[in-house]
Amino acid sequence: MHIFEGFLPSPWWQLWFVFSIPVLFFGMHRLNKLVSEKRELLPLLAVAGAFIFVLSSLKMPSVTGSSSHPTGTGMAAILFGPAIAAVLSTIVLLYQSIFLAHGGLTTLGANVASMGIIGPVFAYVIYKAGMKANINFYVVVFLATAFADWATYVVTATQLALAFPAEVGGVAASLKAFLLVFATTQVPLAIMEGALTALIFKYVIQVKSDALVELNVITESVLNKIKGASQ
Amino acid sequence: MKGEIIFGVITVLFVASFMYGMAANPDSEFGGADGQAGDVIVEINSEYEPWTEDSWINSIKFEPPGGETESLLFGLQAAFGALVLGYFFGYYKGKGQSN
Repeated sequence: MHIFEGFLPSPWWQLWFVFSIPVLFFGMHRLNKLVSEKRELLPLLAVAGAFIFVLSSLKMPSVTGSSSHPTGTGMAAILFGPAIAAVLSTIVLLYQSIFLAHGGLTTLGANVASMGIIGPVFAYVIYKAGMKANINFYVVVFLATAFADWATYVVTATQLALAFPAEVGGVAASLKAFLLVFATTQVPLAIMEGALTALIFKYVIQVKSDALVELNVITESVLNKIKGASQ
Repeated sequence: MKGEIIFGVITVLFVASFMYGMAANPDSEFGGADGQAGDVIVEINSEYEPWTEDSWINSIKFEPPGGETESLLFGLQAAFGALVLGYFFGYYKGKGQSN
């Protein structure tokens, strides 16, 4: 669930654009490089983008009595890094804000920052740390993508709290109120997203594991271990 | 199969938590969390109006006339994504088997 059009006053909406635009330029640079140097990986890029498309269209009910949607950005972040995930997320956010009145163009900078940049950075860092610590691959994917989803909405709550500090209690009191809306609703959804992404990665390993090695997502030895375990 | 079973169990737990949520919030329509955040904003600052209300920005956007059109567009978004996912996995699975 993204911040509505016009719901961030000056100077906040501009500041989030200042934050997001350089990352997007870097992401487009990375994307260009990937497309020209590793053309055989384009289908996997399409899959990562399509995954974001599907997941961010699913508004799921939560135990809290409200609905929100997963982001699907963790997969792209693990495969291609956060900068490319930011570019893919921006495409989805643009579609939703222009055709669906969901999110907004003035709040695009803030929404790209939460869903496209900070969430994927969480996924990427947790994934790399987990693999380094030799934890089971699917557990690491689950944790990385679930936390990325959840972090996205913690950031959304923070963005709103910064722009709308409460008269009593300031930013901290606002943050509590916004977290109550976003973060609690998102917990079951984040768990679902983590589980689904781990399952999708199982299929990627079944059909196209060489691409994962080429992208430095997993090493040959980890891959052999996973394949040995599933046989 | 192990992965599918774990995913299945988590899905069942998710549905169970939703059922509990429906029982615990009988009056709720499970509206969007973004709408609720809008309510929180009004609570904090009752005078706040989205400053884009009369802006030209709205003229370059398509506003779905109602829930039906909106669900069509969300459905198309999901269908397009699912199509790409299915195509990719089918293509590589077939390619792998023919080799």
